[in-house]
Amino acid sequence: MSLLTGVGARPVGAPGSDKAERRDRRRWLPYLLLLPGAAWLFLFFVVPTIQLGATSLYDPSGSVTAGYAMTWEFSNYPDAIAYAWPQILRSFSYAAIATVIGIVIGYPLAYAIAQKAGRWKNLLLVCVVAPMFTSFLVRTLAWKTILSDNGWLVGFLRDIGLLGDDGRLLATPAAVILGLTYNFLPFLVLPLYASLERLDYRLIEAAGDLYASPTRTFFKVTLPLSMPGLVAGTLLFFIPAVGDYINAALLGNTNTNMVGNVVNSAFLSRQEPPQGAALSFLLMAIILAIVFAYVRRSGTDEVV
Amino acid sequence: MTTPETGDLRITNVTKRFGEFTAVDDLTLTVPQGAFFALLGASGCGKTTTLRMVAGLEEPTTGEIRLGDRDITRLRPYQRPVNTVFQSYALFPHLDVFENVAFGLRRRKQREVKGQVDQMLDLVQLGGFGKRRPAELSGGQQQRVALARALINHPQVLLLDEPLGALDLKLRRQMQIELKRIQTEVGITFVHVTHDQEEAMTMADTVAVMNAGKIEQLGRPAEIYEYPATAFVANFLGQSNLLAGEAAGQQGSDVLVGAYEQRFAVPAARSRTQRGPVFLGVRPEKLALVAAGAAVPAGHQSVAGVVTDSSYVGVSTQYLVRTGWGTELAVFAPNGGDAAQLAVGSEVTAHWNPQHAFLLERAPGEGDQTTPLLDSPDTVVGVGS
Repeated sequence: MSLLTGVGARPVGAPGSDKAERRDRRRWLPYLLLLPGAAWLFLFFVVPTIQLGATSLYDPSGSVTAGYAMTWEFSNYPDAIAYAWPQILRSFSYAAIATVIGIVIGYPLAYAIAQKAGRWKNLLLVCVVAPMFTSFLVRTLAWKTILSDNGWLVGFLRDIGLLGDDGRLLATPAAVILGLTYNFLPFLVLPLYASLERLDYRLIEAAGDLYASPTRTFFKVTLPLSMPGLVAGTLLFFIPAVGDYINAALLGNTNTNMVGNVVNSAFLSRQEPPQGAALSFLLMAIILAIVFAYVRRSGTDEVV
Repeated sequence: MTTPETGDLRITNVTKRFGEFTAVDDLTLTVPQGAFFALLGASGCGKTTTLRMVAGLEEPTTGEIRLGDRDITRLRPYQRPVNTVFQSYALFPHLDVFENVAFGLRRRKQREVKGQVDQMLDLVQLGGFGKRRPAELSGGQQQRVALARALINHPQVLLLDEPLGALDLKLRRQMQIELKRIQTEVGITFVHVTHDQEEAMTMADTVAVMNAGKIEQLGRPAEIYEYPATAFVANFLGQSNLLAGEAAGQQGSDVLVGAYEQRFAVPAARSRTQRGPVFLGVRPEKLALVAAGAAVPAGHQSVAGVVTDSSYVGVSTQYLVRTGWGTELAVFAPNGGDAAQLAVGSEVTAHWNPQHAFLLERAPGEGDQTTPLLDSPDTVVGVGS
């Protein structure tokens, strides 16, 4: 998998060298370089993950004040699914729809910047990244204002009849999906741009010369060659979108809650950490399964 | 091969401008069906642009391109019965050799792809390479895949854009022979763009020498070499000694020329102009040297000079001879085995048969044009054969 690249620490021993000490040092150097990152990951990823796994198996009848007993409560998982399956389904469907919209918007954008923008290339790239200069929360709040019932957008849509007189944008699934699409679009566009930028325009000319119409050329040459970027981009888009809860919280209503919102409330308001932990683990497992299936299918290992 | 109609490629008054720059300037050209046609010129002369316009990758600013009876000027590339072997080969890196070659067939929904591809891979001597990726092939093999990928479509015209440019000398020679063999075998019109004069001469039956967006001369390689039309051609195709003179009109079957207080005569049939400023041209291998004072063969014309440089290259000895007015002439003396080497500093007479000289127009004020730096031996071998 291209995203979780492990460091292949291959010790290089100088053949026939009698300086054993130096060779030793050279062999240990890669591990030494690995150490800070590994320590960081261990402290802030491995330990909490184990802790989270343990929490998901606690006796749910405990409380934050009284503490929880480890009872290997595997039934927490079916219980969590029974409690939150609508939100789980919603998370994946919202994220999937947002990803499709993201591709529809992002692919032409990345293609245009990479192949057609000429000297405007860098400026356009900055424009893609520019929203990241403000915080995620502020951006989403801005959308809340734009989509609000008294805002000019709703007013305009009502005037032209696209929206009924009491129709609204805020607190609808559409608003949540739009928010997800907007917030994660740069993560899709940038890897896609990187792979389209490398695309040799002469290959497109060659395809045209060999009787491929522009549409055929796209599906037979451009798309397969940009597949690594597309796979990386959709993963970077889809994974955080599934787990996101801010868009649902700010732009949606109680009927648009995603699994992230349930996890959030389990830990912070309903005081049911075992359920939140179980849902987190479930989410991780499902995402991993999807990612493996996806990467396998699109055969990126071969392309990358 | 697929279409019975005559498929001469006719380019008529085609001009291509990129902004201020005119790449191709009012070009008119006919390539007969089945010809091996070379467009020869230095980089930037417009030869590749011409090729790309035939392929449909550039659109002419003005003018018309016809293939047989069909106007293809504004057709999209994929609508033209024309295929290209690109300079970079442009093989699809995500497809194996088989699928690269099959690409055009599949786009046109042809049947029996496998048989055709295998046959074509055999023709370019790559049978059994079908499963390889382009990146796993050598330059020469990639070149042949590119050729097979274009040829398999039986285009009416095959365009070759410097297809051998990336290969080393030995492989290039081999591929020249190969290409010529395949062209004879399949009988498709080849239009070959190259800056390599030797490549153009050995492969093509017709060569067009291009310069600054125009064709300077068009003809069989030997015609162009023996009787160039302009000073540019005389120097681009092989080497020439061009002496600045003034032509004084025809007398009998000769044109009289005065240069550096000497009088020369050139057959009228080998004169591009009869009066005014001219270049008197003689190829280095058409010049012979004798010691000063020795007899010059009857009917030959001569200039006196001093040998300033001599280099023995095996098949010949290349001399530089400085004339009385300071110009250095190049002289290639064939190694027949009996001629003595002339030492640097020897006083000599360089002589030639007037039937081998030629007369070209010269812009007033232009001086002698020679090739004072003896060129690399491969140029010499090419022109000598």
